[in-house]
Amino acid sequence: MAEILKMVHEIGVGFFGALLWSLVWVVIKVVLLLAPVLFIVTYITLAERKVIGAMQVRPGPNRVGFFGVLQPLADAVKLIFKETILPVKADKGLFILAPLLTLVPALLSWAVVPFSPELILADVNVGVLYILAISSLGAYGIIVAGWASNSRYAFLGCMRSVAQMVSYEVSMGFTLIPVILITGSLSLVDVVEQQKDWWNVIPLAPMFVIYFISVVAETNRSPFDLPEAEPELVAGFFTEYSAMSSGLFFMGEYANIVLVSFLGALVFLGGWLPPMANPIFSMVPGIVWLGLKASFLMFVFLWIRATFPRYRYDQLMRLGWKVFLPVSLFWIFLTGLVVQLGRWA
Amino acid sequence: MGLDLKNMLQSFALKELAQGMAVTLKHFFKPYITVQYPEERTPLSPRFRGEHALRRDEKGGERCVACKLCEAVCPAQAITIEIDPRSTAEKRLTRVYDIDETKCIFCGFCQEACPVDAIVLGPNFEFFGSVRSDLYFNKERLLANGERWSNELNARIAADAKYR
Repeated sequence: MAEILKMVHEIGVGFFGALLWSLVWVVIKVVLLLAPVLFIVTYITLAERKVIGAMQVRPGPNRVGFFGVLQPLADAVKLIFKETILPVKADKGLFILAPLLTLVPALLSWAVVPFSPELILADVNVGVLYILAISSLGAYGIIVAGWASNSRYAFLGCMRSVAQMVSYEVSMGFTLIPVILITGSLSLVDVVEQQKDWWNVIPLAPMFVIYFISVVAETNRSPFDLPEAEPELVAGFFTEYSAMSSGLFFMGEYANIVLVSFLGALVFLGGWLPPMANPIFSMVPGIVWLGLKASFLMFVFLWIRATFPRYRYDQLMRLGWKVFLPVSLFWIFLTGLVVQLGRWA
Repeated sequence: MGLDLKNMLQSFALKELAQGMAVTLKHFFKPYITVQYPEERTPLSPRFRGEHALRRDEKGGERCVACKLCEAVCPAQAITIEIDPRSTAEKRLTRVYDIDETKCIFCGFCQEACPVDAIVLGPNFEFFGSVRSDLYFNKERLLANGERWSNELNARIAADAKYR
């Protein structure tokens, strides 16, 4: 592997020159990272329809290709070839910018997600902080979309959405703090390596549950999909969007789901570590374990959507501020205490 | 107070959420009940009221005797009949027998009213028109339907005969 890499570097330097090659190499790495991510994003739409279909005792899409495998492609072609309508009263520049503002942060976070101890685009030592910072930028895309549309539904939807994202980001951030306390590092690689003995989900089970519910709310998924709330708000903040511009919002939403699933798998479920120190389990490459854990979390996203009815707005706010916030704060205190006692002992 | 504590513990343990998710998970593993329509079909009653047909008698002539009972009974007034002026007392014939399928409500009264089992509603529900006039059936179309579905129609009438 290392020799192949070295050879590629030599050829690249010979072809492009040292300076240009370093840039090209970064682009190659970004493409190699984002292509699978976007592939998962397109296919999670199919998985969603299949899983929800199965839970409603119906088959889901099965006409386009065998088992419906080409359905995402058909959807994408449809979205691309439809007309993008610009509302007359909309603020044109912001209106076009908004979908990108939601999609780009969702993809930016992948820079620090480690797939194995070596397989990481940028091994920064503040990975968790970086992800929290970037993912909170997603709220801007939504508020810009709602504001630039100049429409009542979009405006109400974006207000709700931003309020919800801000509220739940607080508790999501707080659920990660005990993990950081235990690890003593903000690097995601360290966070995973520290879980060798037992996964963080065992000592921090309530935090994992709160993390998961918070990210469901954070990604505006059912049962916290108030920003979209079809019966009341048509489609919420992207009511005025059509064709690929609304498709970009969906891609951003799904990219976020995939991201928080991977983050949950890394932070709480031991990332690429096998469940037990068993020789058979250790033979499976770590990236497969990570993929399985993240897939399970993504499945739970869909499972939740198929199960629960939508929250009322005041219930949503009550849950975020009056339940999750105190509980997670208490758990931070408890974890800090235990860690400190362990240090003294 | 004891009840409150119990409720609180249950809601913190996400008891009801887990119950709900267990239900959906159980359904996840059930085989689906969807009938894949063009390939699979649901069973059809022998009394299903579908596309109209005019039947012929054993000699291949028209059964219809132009009594106009169906025209009279039709609640949607979808049937138009004109008697052939060459009709005699022994042999009454229609010149025009039109059914406007866009008006028809498929109540089956015409079939009930018919004294000679000439007009029947068949088992076919897969007919369409790309323009309205495609659904204005004339006598030729109705007789053609009768020939096309004759086996099914005869079987249906035979199955129903003992209840008449």
